[in-house]
Amino acid sequence: MGESEEVKLLGTWYSPVVLRAKIALRLKSIDYVYVEEDLFSSKSELLLKSNPIYKKVPVLIHNNKPVSESLNIVEYIDETWNSSGPSILPSHPYDRALARFWSAFVDYKWFPAFRAAVITKSEDAKEKGMKEVEEGILQLEEAFVAISKGKPFFRGEAIGFMDICLGSFLVLLKAREKLKGEKLLDELKTPSLCKWADKFLSDETVRNVAPEIDKVAEFLGELEAKAHSAASKS
Amino acid sequence: MAESRSEEVKLLGMWVSPFSRRIEIALTLKGVPYEFSEQDITNKSSLLLQLNPVHKMIPVLVHNGKPISESLVILEYIDDTWPNNPILPQDPYDRAMARFWAKFVDQQIYVAAMKMVGKIGEERDAAVEATRDLLKLLEKELVGKDFLGGTSLGFVDIVATLVAFWLMRTDEIIGVKIVPVEMFPEIHRWVKNLLQNDVVKNCIPPEDEHLKYIKARMDSLKIKSV
Repeated sequence: MGESEEVKLLGTWYSPVVLRAKIALRLKSIDYVYVEEDLFSSKSELLLKSNPIYKKVPVLIHNNKPVSESLNIVEYIDETWNSSGPSILPSHPYDRALARFWSAFVDYKWFPAFRAAVITKSEDAKEKGMKEVEEGILQLEEAFVAISKGKPFFRGEAIGFMDICLGSFLVLLKAREKLKGEKLLDELKTPSLCKWADKFLSDETVRNVAPEIDKVAEFLGELEAKAHSAASKS
Repeated sequence: MAESRSEEVKLLGMWVSPFSRRIEIALTLKGVPYEFSEQDITNKSSLLLQLNPVHKMIPVLVHNGKPISESLVILEYIDDTWPNNPILPQDPYDRAMARFWAKFVDQQIYVAAMKMVGKIGEERDAAVEATRDLLKLLEKELVGKDFLGGTSLGFVDIVATLVAFWLMRTDEIIGVKIVPVEMFPEIHRWVKNLLQNDVVKNCIPPEDEHLKYIKARMDSLKIKSV
């Protein structure tokens, strides 16, 4: 063996954050070995060794050195393969700051609120949580309008960091829509984000690596069924 | 009078906030002059609300009229804008590691440390143990290094001043020596190294005033120290 550019990605086919890494690798035309992890049985030795603190996917292993945390991985890919493919982060410091700010908003505020609202058994908590999620979507709509300045994506003419960050959740959101009939992006309240979402999901790079919405919906249905049967047994 | 100069830098912050102080360290390391505006977060100014409508928190850096919030985002912005005396390493892998550890301090250590406050007895002890478990990872990172950034002060050190000069100043209010030197010799060695750096030494809250403030705050919140 002994390739000088050995790139491996540990992930799961349904994970939005793993999708981020896949999109970035594809944008830069990087050849890599993909390893599907089964997080429901036991985590692989390689995963535990590569991400001992969090034991989560995605993990990118480049020349035997592991990088974890999806947004770190995307930045790492952008910086390492900076002469191939489009640049994922904008070049101007202020635009970069905006991309980082809003991606932090998605990862540390918006998506955790969404996940909590989805999981909770309390109707009150769900209602309160979904309100926060909706507020967040409106803020993201405003941010998109300000940042994209009339272009199709946050990054401009082509997808970039913030598109990848938020866009990676779209498959999950659409899958939930299919499964539950709950629509998060409303054409009336968030018209620009709706247009952006369609463009993102039909982008060639994204289409090539994203999981099928139907398959994810089926998977979510199975997860829910398992959770219900486990709850009724306890 | 000239209204807008080309390099107007303003920082909305708080003298006791670790998140605000880390920005001051970064700006000072780079020799960037700035105007500091002390904020009262119990009575938020309209300026703060206007500049950070999403989170309504400090610190906020305003550069040429444009606001940036979230301390880690601000630190990267500062490094991007003023490339002298770089804070982040040059190598992409080292940068990824630096970002990882910075997030670890803010998302893991800080969150665990906050859970120690206001607890007593077994609950307190469990929270302290959980915090120490995380600190042990930082301890491991320091073996053979003067700083978390390696031979010199870097991104993670600046972020981790939260541990050195905030977490490690709360022994009295938590009621236990959270970071004993026998358990954390590397961290203690690292704190000494930090204090050798003039910028850090001058940019952190003076210890006496800081301890007084912490105690007064706990008293006002009626949180007893045990």
